[in-house]
Amino acid sequence: MMEQFNNRNISDNGYFLVDIVDYPTTGWGKFKRAIDRTFKLELFVGLWVVLREMIKFDIHTISYPEEKMPIGPRYRAVHEMKRLWESDTERCIGCGLCEKICISDCIRMDTRIDEESRKEVSEYTINLGRCIFCGYCAEVCPELAITHGGEYENASDQREHFVDYEAMLTPMDVMKQNAQKEFEGFGAITPHEDERVKKTPLAY
Amino acid sequence: MDNAYLIETIIKVVVILLIFSALAGIGTYFERKVLAFMQRRLGPMNVGPFGLLQVGADGIKLFTKEDIIPTNVVGPIFKIAPVITAATAFMAAAAIPFLPSFELFGHEVHPIVADINIGILYVLGVMAVGLFGPLLGGMASANKFSLLSAARAAAVFISYEVVTGLAILAPIMMVGSLSLIDFNNYQIEHGWIVWSQPVAFVLFWIAAFAETGRTPFHLIANDHEIIDGFGTEYSGMRWGLFFIGEYANMFFISFVIPILFLGGFGDGSVLGAVALFGKMAFFFFFFLWTRAAWPDVRPDQLMWLCWKVLMPVAVINVVITGLVMMF
Repeated sequence: MMEQFNNRNISDNGYFLVDIVDYPTTGWGKFKRAIDRTFKLELFVGLWVVLREMIKFDIHTISYPEEKMPIGPRYRAVHEMKRLWESDTERCIGCGLCEKICISDCIRMDTRIDEESRKEVSEYTINLGRCIFCGYCAEVCPELAITHGGEYENASDQREHFVDYEAMLTPMDVMKQNAQKEFEGFGAITPHEDERVKKTPLAY
Repeated sequence: MDNAYLIETIIKVVVILLIFSALAGIGTYFERKVLAFMQRRLGPMNVGPFGLLQVGADGIKLFTKEDIIPTNVVGPIFKIAPVITAATAFMAAAAIPFLPSFELFGHEVHPIVADINIGILYVLGVMAVGLFGPLLGGMASANKFSLLSAARAAAVFISYEVVTGLAILAPIMMVGSLSLIDFNNYQIEHGWIVWSQPVAFVLFWIAAFAETGRTPFHLIANDHEIIDGFGTEYSGMRWGLFFIGEYANMFFISFVIPILFLGGFGDGSVLGAVALFGKMAFFFFFFLWTRAAWPDVRPDQLMWLCWKVLMPVAVINVVITGLVMMF
């Protein structure tokens, strides 16, 4: 597939020069062109083309609110927070990399040490009014915790539409049904990751 | 003039007004649907089944929108211009026989408001007056695009009117009357005029596109300027009147062409009446069809076409018809 696109040699690729005759400059030439166009009945070719499409009735409309186009798994819409498959606890470890890398400064998080002396996220909001959906946060996340989702229909009464941690976190009932979707976009694990992983060279 | 005649005429006028106002609305629905299907879209789908009630929704919108008269326009002319377009379109219907005459409650009804002896002249004349709507509307508006649109209207107006008149002259010479009823009766005896006057038929058909301002000659309200030409400063029902006028014109000219050239309503049978409606439907569909298929011409191309091609052809056609009739 890619070879086909990488082939830049257009000369034998089905491209050909269209034979466009120059505009006539003389009166006789113009007269001949007018006669040509009149009696070749070119206009009826156009009529036939649209009538053919009407008879075929191959409608390409998608009636949007009722039916939707499938969006690609790499689509970058509103963020989601994933949970661990094994224990259903949140994946986020509060490292703060997403906040650090965010180029539009829209992620703000607060962490604290909980009773078991583990770092825990206490506050986490994303200002979607500022977010440019670049995907850096999902890419940088070491735990694959913050990802992009597929929800692109949002409405808000103000420009600064925020999402917080609870809203982004996969709900528990979804987890119970094993219905959490992994993000396949940039920074995510690729399908054959196991075969490609290399051992860390310890002996320098 | 007795009372019965007066009442009958008033009823006819009201019926024609109501039917064709409604048809103008439904015409917009057909136009949107046909254009959509030809462009592989669905067209209006959401209001009512298959979007049929879209017409009503548009009507409510047009009627309830604020009627804005911009500050710098020439008020009275600006206000009267859309009325001219709509009114003349319907006035033209007075001399068109829509059906053969029929019996209703033991009373013979002629489905024509007035069978005047200058029928076709009246129809074309009044339809031509309709172009004063865009012309005056564009000139009364206070922006240059409307003014340019009015200028194009004047150019189109002068160009096609000559072709229409000369094209129709040859059939008139053969029939010897201007009444559309006489045209119909002539074709019962001698067969359709289109067989004896194919050139006049094509010329008249081409001119009809200019007359109604439909797509190959849709240069008065030039869509390519994104704005609506003479209608730019109009809003609400005043703009809607332009629209009704355009669609009513399309329907009436779609009636006139078959009556003049394609046998009209025939010998008065039901079949003939149905056939007339079929022909009318085809010509109306053709207006929509060309809009989906053909590009618009420039004003200079239209004038080139009308003055340098169609008019000489029409004149030659008239001369040849005259010679054939003489010998």
